[in-house]
Amino acid sequence: MFGLGVVKGFGVTLKRFADTYIDDVKKIPSRYAGQRGVIDQGPEDTGIFTIQYPEEKRTLPERFRYIPMLLRDDETGEDRCTACGICAKVCPPQCIWIVRDKDENGRPITRPTEFYIDASICMSCGLCAEFCPFDAIKMNHEYELAAFDRYPKLVYDKEELTVLVSYYAKLYPTQYTEEEKARADKAEKKSK
Amino acid sequence: MLKARLPAETPELPSVTPVWPGAELQEDEIWDLYGIKFDGHPFLRRILMWDGFNGHPMRKDWKEAFFEEEGKPFSSRWPEGHHAWAEDRVPWHGNVNYPDHFDPETWKEPVTFEAVQDEPGGNGNGRLHTQRIVVNMGPHHPSTHGVFRMVATLEGETIISLKPVMGYLHRNHEKIGERNTFIMNIPYTDRLDYLSSMSNNLGYVLAVEKLMGIKPPERAEYIRVIMAELTRVCSHLWSIGFLLNDLGAYFTPALYTIRERELILDLFEEASGARMLCNYMRFGGVTRDLPTGWLEKCNTVVFDRLPRAIDELERYLTNNEIILARCKGVGYLSAEDLVRYSVSGPMLRASGLQYDIRKVEPYSIYDRFDFEVPKFDGCDVYDRYRVRMFEVRQAVKIVQQALKQIPEGEIQTGKKAYQVRVPAGEAYARIEAPKGELGFYIVSDGKPNPYRYRVRAPSFINLNALEPMCIGYKIADSVIVLGAIDIVLGETDR
Repeated sequence: MFGLGVVKGFGVTLKRFADTYIDDVKKIPSRYAGQRGVIDQGPEDTGIFTIQYPEEKRTLPERFRYIPMLLRDDETGEDRCTACGICAKVCPPQCIWIVRDKDENGRPITRPTEFYIDASICMSCGLCAEFCPFDAIKMNHEYELAAFDRYPKLVYDKEELTVLVSYYAKLYPTQYTEEEKARADKAEKKSK
Repeated sequence: MLKARLPAETPELPSVTPVWPGAELQEDEIWDLYGIKFDGHPFLRRILMWDGFNGHPMRKDWKEAFFEEEGKPFSSRWPEGHHAWAEDRVPWHGNVNYPDHFDPETWKEPVTFEAVQDEPGGNGNGRLHTQRIVVNMGPHHPSTHGVFRMVATLEGETIISLKPVMGYLHRNHEKIGERNTFIMNIPYTDRLDYLSSMSNNLGYVLAVEKLMGIKPPERAEYIRVIMAELTRVCSHLWSIGFLLNDLGAYFTPALYTIRERELILDLFEEASGARMLCNYMRFGGVTRDLPTGWLEKCNTVVFDRLPRAIDELERYLTNNEIILARCKGVGYLSAEDLVRYSVSGPMLRASGLQYDIRKVEPYSIYDRFDFEVPKFDGCDVYDRYRVRMFEVRQAVKIVQQALKQIPEGEIQTGKKAYQVRVPAGEAYARIEAPKGELGFYIVSDGKPNPYRYRVRAPSFINLNALEPMCIGYKIADSVIVLGAIDIVLGETDR
């Protein structure tokens, strides 16, 4: 019969329309009352998939990457970075700039005095975090970085980039545990 | 692959367009980027750059306005010792460099016609006075899926000629690729066809692995296939949804398909850290192993959710009379013509030719999976839609098999290094990307940066067939013909 295809199609639309309300009734607190701040949608979910940002936000997976951050030890207050420069060498848009510290005699030592990342160039690829041999640079989850001026707001210096290791451990629980284990194993091997 | 040695000063070659009309756009591009003239080309024009662009950027002696160094990593981004913008070094007004005898005031675009002109000899019956009208679709037009322009000459509503104009999103991916080191280039390939970054990664990585002579371990191969096929599902769903958008079914079908795509993007994000620009594959493996719980979630999506969603979509669209009326018989081009115009991908398979690189020249581990290549021979927009639907099912089937077979083990051959040693030589790797044959051609001279890097972009080359497919149809049909080619401007313009 002519027109049956269209009618059947509207059946699908009607079902989807109903799904959104069923989903809202089933789930507490209600989305439409604005009570769910964080939305976590899985493959079992039906109903509306659009998220009303910024009132609602998604939960981010652990590996989510945005702009790099530098890690500083909680107890000793020392930076993990040794200014080796691998991150700057591997960075595809070349947005990392490191100045190495010097001792009294003018010889370079393994510590950065300055560390800049130009976030307006950074392409969030995560290669710096992937290849850092000291686990000193990791990808931050903070993505609300909009600013009115590119310079100096989006050129982050060392202080702006640095976070504590405990912050990192909270963002990346699994990865942090794995790294700490690998570190402990290495130290054990060395002591033997 | 055709090779020719030419003098640097006045390079000129006979055109191959009389034999393969599908070489037209590529020859335009070679003239534009390399400065090689083609004798006998029907309409040689600068296709990606504009006429006021001085020089041919892919030549080794050409330097960009913000030139820093020949290859990355740069010795210092800020040699002055403090942060400085590249734009400050070469101010905006100072970076434009016109070629000799070029005056932007009097310049006329190569693809412009008189907007309205009298039809020579009337409209055929000699009584009605008709005029030809040129309609500029784009570059800002919702139907063009980006910044793409179609200059169509119409008689009434019928298209009598149509020229694609592109390059609005051009960033010279290939020149950037030659400046980059091999590993730096992986995130840039994400940005080609940004709807299917995993496939782009795979093609590039396969080309470099061919040169290096390494193979990834089993588990990595399986992960790659799963990712590439999930990408195909994403890309085809997107394409189907937006074809319906082009037909005027504004956003309801598109959002239904995007909803399923969303779940796959979530999987990508959990594995790689990004939804669209994944940057997941490495030479000889993948970045990181799948996180815990990923396979279970993927199982739910692939075994439960997607088959149901595809069935529902099929019920929703395939027999819809409006779609049939708009799509059947539109954009017809026979199989021979499609081959002559170098078309690849779903468009070719909608013309009865079962040509799929995964079958004819299996790469990675595609020879282990059981899947069918669609055979539809309508050669029209409707069959292109059905081919995509069919391929989504087959892709889901491949992922299902891969998920059952995936072994435990390593995900990286050798040690992961930030500087890979690629021996001198050349390699071409091609894969069946969602849009068609995606090829990467790499010439290495043993240095950290590739000497030559070239992408065979299916979205770009498939556009050769746009004009012949549109001629004789109504202007409204050109929109869905373009929608069924399924271009992504990031790849078309590179």
